[in-house]
Amino acid sequence: MAELTYREAVAEAIAQEMRRDEDVVFLGEDIGAAGGVFKATVGLFKEFGPERVRDTPISEQAILGAAMGSAMTGLKPIAEIMFSDFLAVCWDIVANEIAKARYMTGGQMSMPLVIRTANGGGSRFGAQHSQSVENWAMMIPGLKVVAPSSPADVKGLLAAAIRDPDPVMFFEQKSLYPIKGFVPDGELVDELGTAKVLRDGGDVTIVALAAMVPRAMKAAEELSAQHGIEATVVDVRSLVPLDTQTILREISKTGRLVTVEENPRLCGWGAEIASIVADEIFWDLDGPIIRITTPHIPLPAADALEDATMPSAERIVREIVENID
Amino acid sequence: MATKPKAVAKRKASATSSAKSSVKSRAKAAPKRVAKAKVSRANDDIGEDTRLALWRSLLEIRHVEQRAYDLFLQNLVKGTSHLALGQEAVAAGFATAMQKDDWSFCTYRGHHHTLARGASMEGVLGELMGRECGLLKGKGGSMHLTSVEHGAMGSYAIIGAHLPIAMGAAWTAQYKKTGQVSVCFFGDGTTNIGAFHEALNMSAVWKLPVVFVCENNLYMEYTPIKDVTAVHNPAGDRAASYGLPKIVIDGNDADEVYRTAQTAFAKARAGEGPSLIECLTYRHSGHSRADPGDYRPPGELEAWLKKDPVPRYRERLAEFGIAQDVIDGMDAEVLAQVDEATEISKASPPPGLDLIDVDVWADGGTAWRN
Ligand SMILES: Cc1ncc(C[n+]2csc(CCOP(=O)(O)OP(=O)(O)O)c2C)c(N)n1
Ligand SMILES: [Mg+2]
Repeated sequence: MAELTYREAVAEAIAQEMRRDEDVVFLGEDIGAAGGVFKATVGLFKEFGPERVRDTPISEQAILGAAMGSAMTGLKPIAEIMFSDFLAVCWDIVANEIAKARYMTGGQMSMPLVIRTANGGGSRFGAQHSQSVENWAMMIPGLKVVAPSSPADVKGLLAAAIRDPDPVMFFEQKSLYPIKGFVPDGELVDELGTAKVLRDGGDVTIVALAAMVPRAMKAAEELSAQHGIEATVVDVRSLVPLDTQTILREISKTGRLVTVEENPRLCGWGAEIASIVADEIFWDLDGPIIRITTPHIPLPAADALEDATMPSAERIVREIVENID
Repeated sequence: MATKPKAVAKRKASATSSAKSSVKSRAKAAPKRVAKAKVSRANDDIGEDTRLALWRSLLEIRHVEQRAYDLFLQNLVKGTSHLALGQEAVAAGFATAMQKDDWSFCTYRGHHHTLARGASMEGVLGELMGRECGLLKGKGGSMHLTSVEHGAMGSYAIIGAHLPIAMGAAWTAQYKKTGQVSVCFFGDGTTNIGAFHEALNMSAVWKLPVVFVCENNLYMEYTPIKDVTAVHNPAGDRAASYGLPKIVIDGNDADEVYRTAQTAFAKARAGEGPSLIECLTYRHSGHSRADPGDYRPPGELEAWLKKDPVPRYRERLAEFGIAQDVIDGMDAEVLAQVDEATEISKASPPPGLDLIDVDVWADGGTAWRN
């Protein structure tokens, strides 16, 4: 077991897969010689060279178009979109082209590609460099959507995404890049579509994703220590496919569901989970579902404002204490 | 030889057929010999076999498109469709110059390009009619014709998207050193969208084996391209921005298209990077099924019908000494094929409803949860 940062785990996963499979190639802005603006791809250019790790112009449509065209003709590209907010300038390629190609052509095309992107807030970057947009991707049929919360999950899930024969949107939470965690030695390949139970408790089930996972864990410790409330924490990890079996099972056990979402309120992934819960395990619930989200506003930049808007451990504790006896 | 902006004017002399003969070229095929320098078969760089392949391709497209229009009038073609009547030579010329394993990408106006790569007529007509025998089993429709087995890598209905995608296929060819070329067809209007410029720049920087082919039919939908474009030649005049030569050709002359394609493909296969080729052409019908084309100035269509690529090529074949019965025989043969494909398509059932729940994912399914 080595201790790695979340950003080092990104480079490790890509290197692991590029060593294994010559068809894996990587492209994006400043990813090569510069090692990425978040330094998440350091070392790849040196090891694999400019033909496999290709720096591109500031041309997001060209980056994703190149990924799509190369994927349908035999490569397994990984494309980086520097900030997930920038997906808006190439969303056509994601939503209209990549996601639909197989279905629309009656199964003639394959799209084995990964789009990696730095997602989410907490870095005081303001509303155009901080959005949490995994729900944009979740609502498009044909995309797999993954958002890891720890270095080990980054490595294992990114490797699985690269091996997956379908297009995967891989959302790295940028405020997590410096966090450290133990990652098993040797080849690591996780499984897409699997949620993880990180903590067991009998009173309430907190379902969280990416940067909200460490906050939910902190809140759970606080609830236990200060309020005698024991929480189960489920890390969703993968929005598509969604591991409803694990999620529903863990909610049924406690009878209470709290989702913690970084997205603005409307159409966050937690709303979808709440809807599935209402449909399928309504009678297992002992009280209303609580969704903790960012308010429905563009994220403000100043630290005081950003901290007050994104769900924090304190807010999770408060909401649970106020609403769950 | 490809850099010939004046080519259109030069070729005008050989366009003599009437508007009538363009539409019913099969019925009356007795074109007058054009009074021009005798062409010698000995000097023919294209050769009889290729000429006949071009002729067959032109005929297949012309007859299938006319049939598509008839079927639309009978309410058998559903949804929209964008015919390429008048633009056949671009597809025939490029596809004939392509190798089997080259890749082509086109737009919603893509029946001609899909047919030219060898996709079956019933695959095309059946898809337009929403039948099981369609190329996409009815799941894509007229705007998305694709036949991966023929290298026809899709018809794209969002303007500009497929330029970077075609570039990506060229990246595969370059990376794997396969010698394949990726060819991308699009309209004049497409030169004004960002993806065009992103793809041209990156393809040039990466020296990719991709050939971008602009079919300049003078209109973006209903608006004349000159009213919305800062340069005279929407593709040609942009080439310099990407370090590429300006290539503007007569897109209604199948031979000229074929020769230009060969040159561009040779350049691409030699590792010398992309080409951008503007083919001047004209669509005989409206933009899409419901469009009567009233925005066209009087006389414009008539003038272009005189340059109709199909009767023009019929004459060309005669000039090169190909026997009239061979020329006409192929025409009749293709029309019979179209009749047969029409019957197959009409007899084909609607797609089974089980198709709804397949092929979102590589495992064949559509599940988004366990
Ligand atoms: C991004 C986008 N904007 C607008 C349209 C609507 N549209 C469809 S075809 C067309 C005109 C395209 O003109 P051109 O590129 O010259 O191709 P042509 O139809 O002449 O073959 C437009 C505006 C679209 N499909 N996609
Ligand atoms: Mg046009």
